[in-house]
Amino acid sequence: MDFVSFLIQVLNSLQYGLLLFLVASGLTLVFGIMGIINLAHGSFYMVGAYLAFALTSLTGNLMLAIALGLPLAFVFGAILEWALFSHLYKRDHLEQVLLTYGLILIFEELRSLAVGDEVHGVTIPELFSASIPLSDNLSYPVYRLVISVVCLALAGGLYWLIQKTRLGMMIRAGSHDRDMVKALGIDINLLYRTVFALGVALAALAGMLAAPISSVYPGMGSSVLIISFVIVVIGGVGSVWGALVAALVIGFADTFGKVLLPDLAGLMVYLVMAVVLLWRPEGIFKKA
Amino acid sequence: MNDMSMFRMNDTAAPVAMAAVAPAAQAAPDQRELLLEAIGLHTYYGSSHILHGVNFHIRKGEALGLMGRNGMGKTTLIRTMMGFLMPKAGGVLVRGQRMTGGPTHKIARLGIAYVPEGRGIFPNLSVKENLLMAARAGVDGQRDWTFDRVMATFPRLAERLTNGGGQLSGGEQQMLTIGRALMTNPDLLILDEATEGLAPLIVREIWRVVREIRDSGIATVIVDKNHSAVTALTDRSMILVKGQVVFDGPSEEVRNNPELIQKHLGV
Repeated sequence: MDFVSFLIQVLNSLQYGLLLFLVASGLTLVFGIMGIINLAHGSFYMVGAYLAFALTSLTGNLMLAIALGLPLAFVFGAILEWALFSHLYKRDHLEQVLLTYGLILIFEELRSLAVGDEVHGVTIPELFSASIPLSDNLSYPVYRLVISVVCLALAGGLYWLIQKTRLGMMIRAGSHDRDMVKALGIDINLLYRTVFALGVALAALAGMLAAPISSVYPGMGSSVLIISFVIVVIGGVGSVWGALVAALVIGFADTFGKVLLPDLAGLMVYLVMAVVLLWRPEGIFKKA
Repeated sequence: MNDMSMFRMNDTAAPVAMAAVAPAAQAAPDQRELLLEAIGLHTYYGSSHILHGVNFHIRKGEALGLMGRNGMGKTTLIRTMMGFLMPKAGGVLVRGQRMTGGPTHKIARLGIAYVPEGRGIFPNLSVKENLLMAARAGVDGQRDWTFDRVMATFPRLAERLTNGGGQLSGGEQQMLTIGRALMTNPDLLILDEATEGLAPLIVREIWRVVREIRDSGIATVIVDKNHSAVTALTDRSMILVKGQVVFDGPSEEVRNNPELIQKHLGV
């Protein structure tokens, strides 16, 4: 592999890993802080992609679609938490898995009724449609770089939110002792609703950003869900920082696995998970 | 409700002291605002009946000792009044508002701060974060207790601001929870076994701070095994036996009544 192809694969790994981080961060927060196993989290990625498709058709511009879709996803998450997930906190994992698995089926069916089962494409905004030439016959699309930059900025923002703001302190405190947080006058239900809605918005954003490069298709949430759980487990449940590191590890393992060991490509991610868990059974970073 | 004299054990107490505790019956009624009130509470843990019709009240600026041996229902009473437990019968009023069974955060926002037994610090937050996350103005907008004032009150915490809450000694953890409760600028501070398991020197410092808090006008409910410390710090005392109030009167009466202490509090 020459240097330029190597560089392209590195950039691809970063972009893929960072996009996975957006999905996994919400999953790890909801799992780590509220103790909820949300199998429907991948569906939010799918919903985001379809929102991007629908809103881009409507407005003619993906960026406008994201600007509209992001608040929609947040509100959707808040309503979902209020109507369904808020009843799950005191239930055991089996009941959580049953409800959230049911939600996957419902979301897929609703999607099928609303937009059908065809595969759709979303056009890259004109502003970012160019490619940067790297050698005579290789170039790298600007849009993929934009995805990486946006995801990195969001990772930084999320780190700031959780580590530096009072909201973040309350969220971390709530993951340790709900009753004490309530006794300090903090509405823990509102706190959970915010975190859940934030997680939904991030997953949906990942779907919206990915729509132009992966296209929009039925079942796109499932594969992302499985990889996201791998990331949450590798990173350490509840650790956003761990999710970032794990997402990048998976991004590189998957991308380079496909290039270097095509025969084992499908296994690479799980091999990495097995190795990490043998080395650190609680994940790279223990709960934040 | 205000006539608590029916709970008194010692009816031979000086009339002056009686006037102080049962003003409705004796003299001009206590005009101070009722912060927290419980009426006829019956609380269960599963099938075990813990509280048997407990009445409780505390007014603004009052210092109240809540005593009784282990398992008599002190913590259950507090947890019921904080909205963590739903009583089978009876009610809880916070500043005159019905708050039976919570929500806890609303009770806290009405100016009630609770320092639970076992402290309840957040070990995954630094000392500074433990304090800052709780900061808010009081019910009347007062911001008497700032981060700086808590630091001045607990100099030991100031040296450990960046430490994780879990790295503190037991005494420091207790100071942190009291400091954190003060950051909410409460009108009532409930301390459940604040000195449990702490070294005598630390205990003395905790009592010094509690006296300072009391003198600043914040009402306090103090639950502690050390009855002489409690009666020295409080105006009024309540004794719980098997989920019932057997005494509610001036702390002085408890202090001067070895028989009462022996019967209900002695080990």
